[in-house]
Amino acid sequence: MPTVSMTVNGRKMSGECEERTLLVSFLRETLGLTGTHVGCDTSQCGACCVHVNGDSVKSCTLLAVQADGAEITTIEGVANGEELHAIQEAFRDNHGLQCGFCTPGMIMSALDLLKHNANPSETEIRHHLEGNLCRCTGYHNIVKSIQAAAVAMGGAS
Amino acid sequence: MNENGIGARVRRKEDKRFITGRGNYTDDINRHGQTHAVFLRSPHAHARIVSIDTKAAMAAGAVAVLTGKDVADAGINGLPCGWLIHNKDGSPMKEPGHPVIALDRVRHVGDIVAMVIAESKNQAKDLAELVEVDYEVLPAAVNAVEALKPGAPQVHDDVEGNLCYDWHLGEKDPVDAAFAQAAHVTKLDVYNNRLAPNAMEPRAAIGEYDRATGEHTLYTTSQNPHVIRLLMGAFVLGLPEHKLRVVSPDVGGGFGSKIFHYAEEAAVTWAAKVVGRPIKWNSDRSEAFISDAQGRDHHTHAELALDNDGKFLGFRVSTTANMGAYLSTFSTSIPTYLYATLLAGLYATPAIYAEVKAAFTNTVPVDAYRGAGRPEACFVVESIVDKAARETGRDPAALRKLNLIPASAMPYQTPVALQYDSGDFVKNIDDALKVIDYDGFPARCDASKKKGMLRGIGLSSYIEACGIAPSTVAGALGARAGLYESAEVRVHPTGSVTVFTGSHSHGQGHETTFAQIVCERLGVPIENVEVVHGDTGKIPFGMGTYGSRSLAVGGVALHNSLEKVIAKGRKIAAHMMEAAETDVEFKDGHYRVAGTDKELAFGAIALQAYVPHNFPHDELEPGLDETSFYDPKNFTYPNGCHICEVEIDPDTGVTRIERFVAVDDFGNIINPMIVEGQVHGGIMQGIGQALCEDCIYDESGQLLTGSYMDYCMPKADMVPFYEVGTNVVPCTHNALGVKGAGEAGTIGAAAAVINAIRHATGVGDIQMPATSQRVWQAINASAAQAAE
Ligand code: FES
Ligand code: FES
Repeated sequence: MPTVSMTVNGRKMSGECEERTLLVSFLRETLGLTGTHVGCDTSQCGACCVHVNGDSVKSCTLLAVQADGAEITTIEGVANGEELHAIQEAFRDNHGLQCGFCTPGMIMSALDLLKHNANPSETEIRHHLEGNLCRCTGYHNIVKSIQAAAVAMGGAS
Repeated sequence: MNENGIGARVRRKEDKRFITGRGNYTDDINRHGQTHAVFLRSPHAHARIVSIDTKAAMAAGAVAVLTGKDVADAGINGLPCGWLIHNKDGSPMKEPGHPVIALDRVRHVGDIVAMVIAESKNQAKDLAELVEVDYEVLPAAVNAVEALKPGAPQVHDDVEGNLCYDWHLGEKDPVDAAFAQAAHVTKLDVYNNRLAPNAMEPRAAIGEYDRATGEHTLYTTSQNPHVIRLLMGAFVLGLPEHKLRVVSPDVGGGFGSKIFHYAEEAAVTWAAKVVGRPIKWNSDRSEAFISDAQGRDHHTHAELALDNDGKFLGFRVSTTANMGAYLSTFSTSIPTYLYATLLAGLYATPAIYAEVKAAFTNTVPVDAYRGAGRPEACFVVESIVDKAARETGRDPAALRKLNLIPASAMPYQTPVALQYDSGDFVKNIDDALKVIDYDGFPARCDASKKKGMLRGIGLSSYIEACGIAPSTVAGALGARAGLYESAEVRVHPTGSVTVFTGSHSHGQGHETTFAQIVCERLGVPIENVEVVHGDTGKIPFGMGTYGSRSLAVGGVALHNSLEKVIAKGRKIAAHMMEAAETDVEFKDGHYRVAGTDKELAFGAIALQAYVPHNFPHDELEPGLDETSFYDPKNFTYPNGCHICEVEIDPDTGVTRIERFVAVDDFGNIINPMIVEGQVHGGIMQGIGQALCEDCIYDESGQLLTGSYMDYCMPKADMVPFYEVGTNVVPCTHNALGVKGAGEAGTIGAAAAVINAIRHATGVGDIQMPATSQRVWQAINASAAQAAE
């Protein structure tokens, strides 16, 4: 079995896995980072979103071996120690989550949006979330959370 | 008011772990030495199993391959159904066996044929491909109406004609008499499309057996771990409860689909002992589509009789409900006691008669999905009322208001078994009409027309029976168990509090709402309250969460336990302050002796409760830990009015939801933020049913929409911000005055959307889901008809 090494949330980590192992399985099972979730098997739900070399990626669409040597950020790496990131605060303040299962993917995906568009319109947010499914919130408070995060992160006013 | 007490928009206590990736869902749990199971499932809707050969899989390294024969040899029973329905003639429904693993016949695509256990999931998947199953494919019954016709393929040999039951409610003669006098009769045929619940967390289960203690543990994605323990322990595996622990940790949404006791739970629990190692199973999404119980699937014909003034005289409904291949835990109650009883809707229709036939088919079992029967009832009632308005040239809002049960008539006994306790239905409609500016609709419609677009507005007024359930009523209606709830309040020596509740949260935020009730009553800070749920090893027996029952039943149990704590504390305070108990009052977290300045904080009482020196032993025990079991007197009746406004592009048939307004009466509200969230999510699920979601089976019983490639899940860009408000009329028969908010959105929304589309297009019989294709075809068919 090949050994795969990557920098995850700022720490060098490595582990053995089969060639066919998906990045999401490697993160969850080999590295024990269970914050990244699996909600489908057709790459549609977005529960597995992480950042690979700074870009939002559905980690079920990538083999772990393809991410060898990459810089990965998962939901566990978003906060700065005990200090929550503004987007995490925004999700909590705006009730942007219910069961919490889609939440890690939503947050990782929304961070990517705000990186490229600091001041997105409601329509742009909704469009961006096309690849992230949530069955609980009806998206209402997720959109509100992202709008609030944009303000808190210095984008929208 | 306590700043974190009842009525406050408290941020959720549970959120921190979810937003930091530290939730603890079943699939996040790994047990030492665990193996992985994959279930080999039938690719056929209906087939005889001629043979199963597991030798190759075993030779290639499977830990075990277990089949229906192993299950039968182990003396394991089938999965039970929790609700007994009687036929019109009084005879009991047909209840065919539902084996944990199929023995000699498979009855739906996804029926379990073998359980393959290996060192990893990938290996188990590979080995499952080596299991050779020889099938003799049989013709399949798929559509429920067709399944009841003579000559249809037989799903179970011992269920003649595939009829599970033929049931009725209400009195037929008065309804026939009403129709005989009617000035107008409106007729309606609707199909309530089958849905896949699709909680974002797929189901998962881990079974573990401790040889030293003889204890079994099941971790499972369940809404009601105690119910699973009871059903699995007592009925399926024959395990005593003190040796069986069921844990449902964080659960990623349920919407009904995680109520039921599923075969995989029993299989991993049993097999963990067989192989002597823990076994983990997690469902793939495609597997969920063919193994999670689905919802709805009703074919209904309804007729409404009106007099000359538009008053409803009588209503008759005949429904065929699809049960799927086997009876899931609550399946039989959905099209009967959770459906037909709601057919009065909000209207004072004096005579109602409903007939329901339930059919077995070679499809995935059907059971409760958010709303469970009540959305189906609401859709029938609100569709026919709208149609009647169109046919008789009346405004749909006006026709509704003419027939509403007035607030002054409460409590109101309907002709279909329920007694509504409270509600102001007229105000719901008036408020909602005002928010959406109903009077301004013609101008908005003109503006749309100028752009070449169609515009429509649709109403839906709903009522639901929640707070499931008063046990005497439920028992009389066929439930095999009472449906009360429990709560234990354990006050610790330093005054912090742990609540153990039989309710289960899988997104509803009980850890916050229940803590708010404690704050309000005991005056303790919210940080000092912990709510524990989901582990039969910790909590008292409880019935779990479904049917919008957690607050209305579990919350009231909590309230009652808090009252007992306060009463016990008063005894302790009276003893400590040397006062008569009757002179001691409790307010804002302090016991005070009336008319004096003597007072003691709740924390001081808690400490004394655990370190007493001189309690009078005959009158006062140490400790401050109280439990209540609350069995409600009646259902609660949340109600409301939803209005949807749509714009449709006639060239493409694409429907855009422009506005969605909901005014709901949930009784008193503990946390408005959480309640709004429940409504938002519910509305989206109703819109999903109305516009895009559909489980489509082909004639051979294959599910054509079995993945997210084909089953259209509602997405963020399908909707605007919802406009939700409340019209609080407290429930009259529980101590908190609460009614429940979990299902309302889903119950009301679909009919509002479809009525808006019918209004916009002028096509009265558009069915769900109103996909762009269906809408386009309807517009063009009616244009072609008009041209003829
Ligand atoms: S698990 Fe990756 S998109 Fe669904
Ligand atoms: S919060 Fe449950 S799926 Fe989004």
